[in-house]
Amino acid sequence: MSPLDIAGFSVLLLLGGALCAMLLSRFERMLVPAAFSLATLASLATATAGFLAVLQGTNHAATVAMGLPGLPFNLRLDPLAGFFLVVIGLLSTFVSLYSIGYLRAYLGKRPVTRLVVCYLLFLAGMSLVVLADDAYFFLLAWELMAASSYFLVMYEDEQAANRRAAFLYLLVAHVGAIAILLAFGIMAGLTTGGASFSNYTFDAMRAGALSPGWAAGAFFLAFFGFAAKAGVIPLHVWLPEAHPVAPSNVSALMSGIMLKTSIYGMMRVAFDLLHGFPWWWGGIVLCFGLVSAVMGVLYALMQHDLKRLLAYHSVENIGIILIGLGLSMIFTSFNFQSLAALALVASLYHTLNHALFKGLLFMGAGAVIHATHEKNMEEMGGLIHLLPWTSALFLVGCISIAGLPPFNGFVSEWLTFQALLLSPALPHPLLKLLVPLAASLLALTGALAAACFVKAFGVTFLGAWRGHRKKEQIGEVAFSMRLGMLLAALSCLALGVLPTLVMGWMDTVPLKLCGARIATSAGRFGWLWLTPYSHERASYSGPVVFFGLIAVVAATYLLLHVRRTAIRRAPLWDCGFERITPRMQYTATAFAMPIRRVFGFFFSIREQLELISPQNHPVMADSLHFRLRVRDRFWNWFYEPLSDIAFWIARRVGRLQQGRIQIYLLYSFVTLIVLLAFLG
Amino acid sequence: MSTELVIQLNTLLAAMILLTSFALLVQRRMFAILHIFAWQGFFLGLSTAVIGFATGEHHLYISSLLTLVMKVILLPYILYTLIHKLKIHREIESVMNTPATMLAGIGLVIFSYHLTAPVRQLSTLMTRSTLAVALATVMLGLLMMVTRRHAVSQIIGFLAMENGLFFAATSATYGMPMVVELGVALDLLIAAFIFGIFFFHINTTFDSLDVEQMAKLKEGD
Repeated sequence: MSPLDIAGFSVLLLLGGALCAMLLSRFERMLVPAAFSLATLASLATATAGFLAVLQGTNHAATVAMGLPGLPFNLRLDPLAGFFLVVIGLLSTFVSLYSIGYLRAYLGKRPVTRLVVCYLLFLAGMSLVVLADDAYFFLLAWELMAASSYFLVMYEDEQAANRRAAFLYLLVAHVGAIAILLAFGIMAGLTTGGASFSNYTFDAMRAGALSPGWAAGAFFLAFFGFAAKAGVIPLHVWLPEAHPVAPSNVSALMSGIMLKTSIYGMMRVAFDLLHGFPWWWGGIVLCFGLVSAVMGVLYALMQHDLKRLLAYHSVENIGIILIGLGLSMIFTSFNFQSLAALALVASLYHTLNHALFKGLLFMGAGAVIHATHEKNMEEMGGLIHLLPWTSALFLVGCISIAGLPPFNGFVSEWLTFQALLLSPALPHPLLKLLVPLAASLLALTGALAAACFVKAFGVTFLGAWRGHRKKEQIGEVAFSMRLGMLLAALSCLALGVLPTLVMGWMDTVPLKLCGARIATSAGRFGWLWLTPYSHERASYSGPVVFFGLIAVVAATYLLLHVRRTAIRRAPLWDCGFERITPRMQYTATAFAMPIRRVFGFFFSIREQLELISPQNHPVMADSLHFRLRVRDRFWNWFYEPLSDIAFWIARRVGRLQQGRIQIYLLYSFVTLIVLLAFLG
Repeated sequence: MSTELVIQLNTLLAAMILLTSFALLVQRRMFAILHIFAWQGFFLGLSTAVIGFATGEHHLYISSLLTLVMKVILLPYILYTLIHKLKIHREIESVMNTPATMLAGIGLVIFSYHLTAPVRQLSTLMTRSTLAVALATVMLGLLMMVTRRHAVSQIIGFLAMENGLFFAATSATYGMPMVVELGVALDLLIAAFIFGIFFFHINTTFDSLDVEQMAKLKEGD
């Protein structure tokens, strides 16, 4: 069996499963474990197919005579597609396992068949997007993915806010899809003059050559379209709306993998279909990446809804991925193949890592919400005692996303830094300015992300419980949920400790796209040391750091636990106040306050302080109310003018509609006369 | 019959058709409009028969017969009963005044002659000079639809347009294939029934067949 056969088989399994699930909607209690076990198996098959494809480094192609007559579906599995199949397969395996337990809470409360069917279709759609080898099939798969995820976001559709969020998502996704369609139209139409339908395949687009202007048009249309799906600022507004309202397993998939399919699209269009571009394309991608990274993390810091915070972090991480991608494009345009390969690997590695740790974090957030029935982290606290497994696994996710060793986030961010630090070799003066700026902004992003997750973890899991539910009602989540999270956490660790092996495996991808490999330089010292460029410049050893940390932790543990008297449990020191309540803890709002002050001009902030005192005297106040509203400035800068203009045009056009038949007839009459006069 | 005579006869009939078109445009009384429409159909049928006789295309006789039955007898009869039953035979207002409508009509006729001038030079058919009249009839029918406020007179404008198209077909290519003509005739008959139903509904909804009333259907700002 070739890898493509395995991938095709897994897609068929998912589509068949969706069909069966529709028929079995009466047996929901049985359907959930069966369907998600099937999804787990199919995802494993997908991951295997991708793994083999990358390992072999060859292309497998097939043509399926389905669809419209004369327009068969073309499939192709090359190393790039294989890499993204691994991303999709790996995370969806974990999330599918997790879903078995997660959906149990919905059973009996609301019908879950729709969720199951759309989930399976969604997975199939994502695999097909990556496998498609012609524009027609690509867009078909793209729409399958968008439509099924729309229904998943709208799962709890009785609340108006959820319907609005889902609509916003659909709107942005379709604006993006139109741009992608136009980009493919340019590439297909101008390469062979639009004479036949055969040029809709990616092979025809690869073979054709576009003039620089049209190529730039095609690339930026595609970039804009994919950016809308990826949530690049300023097209990110749907992310913080849609992710919190979707079920958590769905947000894990959407944030973890669906955003990555658009990264795949950008890479496919830039490196494969258009191949050969000026440096400023990469420069623009880099700038968008920088803005997304910094703004994303700043907005994330202001959020108190756990899933909203994670959604904004997806914006940030997509930004980091785009920084790597943009750099790689810049290097390619100046013919620095090995540097381009390094930047591309950094970008791809971060794609894989982000899928895993963001999936893990969303699963953890889902587990927390599932257990506490709260969404706002200001209403949580002290969960480390109530949910020991979840909190430990969530902590792994936090460390990974904050980019700290020995987990995977560190490796990819470090690789991105290495690529940035090697850029002084670039011959363009503008780039000599831009790249150091990029490096410093990336460093700022990393620091802010770390602060953000100190806040997220600290307020949610540490301290004392602040919520409305009784503490005794909160218990650890189901086994399958913990298993899904545990596997994701272990993958995070493995990718962080053994980056050299991973980079050796994925070496075929940069070889195909940039014409160079980096495993020879990166893995010169075996699995122990990672030396991306040369060992004089920089090196990192995941295993050494990992075992060093284990040794330190073990030594500390032993030192504390050998003597029984070393650990003493005592009541909290309350400064003599005596009546200390959970409300007196450090809050998330307070934690983010310094950053809100420093970067205040990025947000539209409204702060209100209200003193309630019966004696009308500020000193004799009964209570103090503090209200804070932080809004995304892009709503006022970008979207409100846009919607105003749309309504203005609609009103103008509405005047054409007179409601009188004679006027409508007159329109036709005048049109006819004009056409006859000028074309007759 | 000599060719010259046929051409003369055909031109005369075309002139009559154009005359009836103008008469339709400015006539205000319902029954008079119906009569004029029937006359137009009669001239059209006659002209088709003459062309069929002169060219030896015998299927044109059938077309001619069909036109006479449909447009002289059947459609006027249907509309007559409709007007009678709905009691709408009073005088009707047009949107534009008569001289302005006439002037616009004359402008359209000149425009049609201008448009068909290249065709007249290229064509070798004996009916080539009447193509301009056919096009003018189509446009005058459309003008009638634009300028009238009453639903029935708009329908007659529409049917006059169809007459113009039919005339254009005979004068440009000696008629369409038989199958097409039969299909068009059937369509027309069915359209007449649908118009009848619509008239009835418009009349019951608005208590009038004045299409101005339908402006009420427009959404408010």
